[in-house]
Amino acid sequence: MENILLKDNVAGIEAYVACGGYKPLKKALGLKPAEVIEEVKKSNLRGRGGAGFPAGLKWSFIPKDSRGSRYLVCNADEGEPGTFKDRELMLKNPHALIEGMAIAGYAIGAGRGYIYIRGEFAAEAQLLEKALAAARSKNFIGKNILNSGFDFELSTHRGAGAYICGEETALLQSLEGYTGRPRLKPPFPAVKGLFGCPTVINNVETLAAVPAIIEKGGDWYASIGNGKSAGTKLFCVSGPVNKPGVYELPLGVTFRELLEKSCGGMKPGKKLKAVIPGGSSTPVLTAEEAWAVKLDYESLAASGSMLGSGAVIVIDESQCMVKLLEVLARFYHHESCGQCTPCREGCGWIEKILNRLEEGKGSAEDIDTLYSVADAMKDRTICPLADALALPVMSFVKKFRSEFSAHAAGKTCAGSQRIEVRE
Amino acid sequence: MGFKLTEEFKAKAEKICTQYPRRDAALIPLLLELQKETSYIAEEGMDYSRVKAVTTFYTMFNREPAGKYHLQVCRNISCHMAGAPGLLERLRKKLAIAEGETTKDGLFTLSCVECLGACGLAPVIQVNDKYFENLTAEKVDALLENLRHEL
Repeated sequence: MENILLKDNVAGIEAYVACGGYKPLKKALGLKPAEVIEEVKKSNLRGRGGAGFPAGLKWSFIPKDSRGSRYLVCNADEGEPGTFKDRELMLKNPHALIEGMAIAGYAIGAGRGYIYIRGEFAAEAQLLEKALAAARSKNFIGKNILNSGFDFELSTHRGAGAYICGEETALLQSLEGYTGRPRLKPPFPAVKGLFGCPTVINNVETLAAVPAIIEKGGDWYASIGNGKSAGTKLFCVSGPVNKPGVYELPLGVTFRELLEKSCGGMKPGKKLKAVIPGGSSTPVLTAEEAWAVKLDYESLAASGSMLGSGAVIVIDESQCMVKLLEVLARFYHHESCGQCTPCREGCGWIEKILNRLEEGKGSAEDIDTLYSVADAMKDRTICPLADALALPVMSFVKKFRSEFSAHAAGKTCAGSQRIEVRE
Repeated sequence: MGFKLTEEFKAKAEKICTQYPRRDAALIPLLLELQKETSYIAEEGMDYSRVKAVTTFYTMFNREPAGKYHLQVCRNISCHMAGAPGLLERLRKKLAIAEGETTKDGLFTLSCVECLGACGLAPVIQVNDKYFENLTAEKVDALLENLRHEL
């Protein structure tokens, strides 16, 4: 099928408009805001950042009687290890995002939007600014858009390096100029979000799907994919495959098809050992589980993992699972904002224990301690960062226990050696 | 820190502030702009705890002067599997510095960073604002040479 999001040669505004771009915005402005929300609800579009919450429903949570400002925020703080889809989408099709935001802004009654983009994406932020200026010059954003009476101003806001700011309330704190520490919910952002006002926060990929939904209808979009997992998804594949990269495929595609057809299979001499299917915080699948799984919200949940951000991290037999988990633990320990004790202490202890096991100084008891620390962190914190380490720990230990045991018995493995860069 | 705000900088800052209903929301973008001029955010003379909190919370703020080229090696899972440990070791040896250090000539600072969001083209390093992807031993040697000659 034809791609909805990842298209070639539409990065410039002239080319985008020539392909029918910004017609959906005009169409939306002719509808009532509630009708736009209804269409998005009908489409079954769900959040593409990781949580998978229905987008139309999220929009409808803005209190209808709220006075004063409302905000729309795009989460472009792409930082979940393994994820690189939003970057590609913003580079290839920035106007789909801008148009999607203008439509979403109209639907929820927001006069102001921000694209919160991770600070490291300096070039991407610059490109977005150019695209925004082009859209402004054609009155697709700004005052009285296309003579509709609707005003919507939009700008980029760069982060400064903090994984936690991908969590929506930490992102709001950061956007207000504070350290990115998640807020307690409730109140939810739809009621009290940016600057204390009703706010909707959506991922880049979610918002970029909106123009096509308005153009072709919610029913059309809902018919793509696999039941409740509607539409296409950007899958970003990394690891030792022949063609790593971002692929747009209908939800429900099999892992086998993604790996063999899109990515051209494993690199010569590499054998599949495990797959992290939805970004580093999702539970790992064994090769056997992965070969059998469909990539959509329900199928991955049934397999004990999650679709997450669609970041498919492919792991081959030469890798040491203890070492890889140590890499993840170091990351989550580093990124914990520190306000909840189970996360701050738990991530630290998990990293320490894994260091010990990696160095061959651990014991069999350490493996059980790892599991129980992870279990104690789960569901006990303000935001899901603690779970983002706990779930990988529990799944790694459960599914690859023999590797942990070998390390505990003082045996080193080839995968623990320093991995050299290609010559 | 011996840096005087130029009129140009002030105009730019003013423009950034107008993007927000509250001016203090511009703190992080302004600090990023400032760091472009100074290479780091000095703590001396900083008497406002909110600014200090922000500069220590976010990893992109340098708290020490950085070299002309800040080499930031991604060490997260996809880059790790693609040889980030070897890449880092190579840079350590070539530059004769450890992570967090700057070469004596002030040219290079070496750091480790977490996922840069470019995992399909691992391993990746970021030099100042720019990404260098799909690196090999040969490519990284050439990169260092090129940067040296851009003097």
